[in-house]
Amino acid sequence: MDEQTLTAMETPNASQTASPVIRLENVHKTYDLGEIQVHALRGISLEIRTGEFVAVMGASGSGKSTLMNILGCLDRPTRGRYHLEGTDVSQLSKVELARIRNRKLGFVFQQFNLLARTSALENVELPTVYAGITPQEREQRAREALERVGLSDRAEHYPSQLSGGQQQRVAIARALVNRPSILLADEPTGNLDSRTSVEIMDILQRLNEEQGLTVVLVTHEHDIAQYARRELEFRDGKLRRDAAIRDHLVAREVLPTLPSLEDEDEQEGDATDVT
Amino acid sequence: MDFWNTLRLALRALARNKLRSSLTMLGIIIGVGAVIATVSIGQGAEYLVQQGIQSMGTNAVFVSAGSNRPGGARLGFWAVKTLTIDDMNAILREVPLIREAAPAVVSRVQVVYQNQNWYTTIQGTTSNYFTIRSWPVQAGSSFSQDEVDSAANTCVLGTTVARILFGDENPVGKQIRIGNLPFRVVGVLESKGQSVMGDDQDDRIFGPYTTVQRKISGITWIQFINASAISPEASNAAVPQITALLRERHHIRSGDDDDFFVRTQSEVADLAQQTSSVMTLLLGSIASVSLIVGGIGIMNIMLVSVTERTREIGVRMAVGATEKDVQRQFLVEATTLSMLGGLVGIVVGLAGSRLINNFLAWPTLISIKAIVAAAIFSVAVGVFFGYYPALKASQLDPIEALRYE
Repeated sequence: MDEQTLTAMETPNASQTASPVIRLENVHKTYDLGEIQVHALRGISLEIRTGEFVAVMGASGSGKSTLMNILGCLDRPTRGRYHLEGTDVSQLSKVELARIRNRKLGFVFQQFNLLARTSALENVELPTVYAGITPQEREQRAREALERVGLSDRAEHYPSQLSGGQQQRVAIARALVNRPSILLADEPTGNLDSRTSVEIMDILQRLNEEQGLTVVLVTHEHDIAQYARRELEFRDGKLRRDAAIRDHLVAREVLPTLPSLEDEDEQEGDATDVT
Repeated sequence: MDFWNTLRLALRALARNKLRSSLTMLGIIIGVGAVIATVSIGQGAEYLVQQGIQSMGTNAVFVSAGSNRPGGARLGFWAVKTLTIDDMNAILREVPLIREAAPAVVSRVQVVYQNQNWYTTIQGTTSNYFTIRSWPVQAGSSFSQDEVDSAANTCVLGTTVARILFGDENPVGKQIRIGNLPFRVVGVLESKGQSVMGDDQDDRIFGPYTTVQRKISGITWIQFINASAISPEASNAAVPQITALLRERHHIRSGDDDDFFVRTQSEVADLAQQTSSVMTLLLGSIASVSLIVGGIGIMNIMLVSVTERTREIGVRMAVGATEKDVQRQFLVEATTLSMLGGLVGIVVGLAGSRLINNFLAWPTLISIKAIVAAAIFSVAVGVFFGYYPALKASQLDPIEALRYE
């Protein structure tokens, strides 16, 4: 399966008739550092269709972060075109890009990036504040989003009172609150232990399968990428491989096989007894 | 993002660092408080000056011997010998707008009573001087016209001189020595306090002008005339008449300068008013410097805050905040800081001027204008000094801001 290169059309979850939610045409990104020019992206063309779950792989410096910034409308390509839901966003103004980030994109970061000393609910509300929604509807939406990630009972907690996994779930709820078309997750499990990582992947898979949310996941961990349906591998600013993942992992099937934290504690306890 | 949200956000951000926010506000509090307190002191002084001027009588007209130009060098007030008692009598006779007048001849003298002595001013005049100045005698009486005519060695003491020479003793009827001459004290005046120009009016001895002229100064002229017009309006109208009369009497050719000065109370009042207004303005501007320093404190703290919250700014931008949203957030925060400081500062300023009034017994006058100006100024300081940090925050690159450690 690793060797077999397939086109996006053949990925299992993307319907043949689904329109591309993302279309990149020969996208280049060059950083001008005075003396030298860094070519972060060298002509990327790809399509991602509604409802896909794509893993973007690559070593650091491969261009995957740059791609993520462009997909996330935080940066504009030096050359080439980026169509998001049929709109060319590569030449939009900063204000228009902010609006697109607000309405169409949801971000999940490695560092969670929740606002400290701000309740989970208010963290989730943050994007709605910039969307000009009434306070009543803001709270309602935020509560709904928290429910979708199973944290309704933690709405009033501060990030410091939540575990890493819970914080990341709050961050996912924040990404969902404005009902975006795409969820962009940049190393979402990078700061989490392996069991919590799978729990997060479970949430992403459910959102993708049950609600048809398009998910783009950046990771350098091969086993995390296996929860996606399609894999894009970047090297030296170029797309080297674009393949479907045939036997992708299903998080809710993997979870029961993992020892819970309590079990691990017990095992450690046993180990100390032995020595 | 609407205004109320932004304000709520700002208040919460400030509440997160209570100590820091309070210390930053302290700069503005001190600034606004100082402006209000000092302006109230200045205005109190202005009020006092006005009171003092009114106590001198609004009908008053002063004629003083002036400068001439013997050989080109001007000699200043009282340097010429041309003003005489005949001039005064001529004014009383020929300028009907003037009701009363008293001459004045002053000299610095050493006075002695038993083992006490004092260096003070003796002013020779006539007894109606006390009427013109509405300055009653509190003990004994004034000297009489007979004593003026006979150049008697009698005198009336100001309260300062009486206190220094006699302490608790009653001076009336006692013998004192002025220079080498024995004088009999016939009365003590009421206390008049400080003059508009700040000198102690009670540190003075009054005697018949004839006595001072002949026995102390050894002169035949007088130095100034205290006159009183029939009404405040008449005092101004009298000036050109007196001027014309004296020029004629002194044989001054047209085109030459007067050898005397004629002033009315209102002119002196204007001058004093102007002086104290300038003082108020000066005090106020010195105090407002501290407001600017407070503003710099706000700018400093906001710059620190922007750096500390780089990641927050990055997150906000990632979820859809525009540059304007971020800029407004920090600008509102800075302005809230300065506005709250301004409000507390107003309270502190009012309390401060009250305390100054109570404990230092300085007169203070609260000015609504100063309060409004300080409030507006404090908001302006917030906007001005918050602008740059807010701009800096809004110019952050979201990608780098998100990566900031």
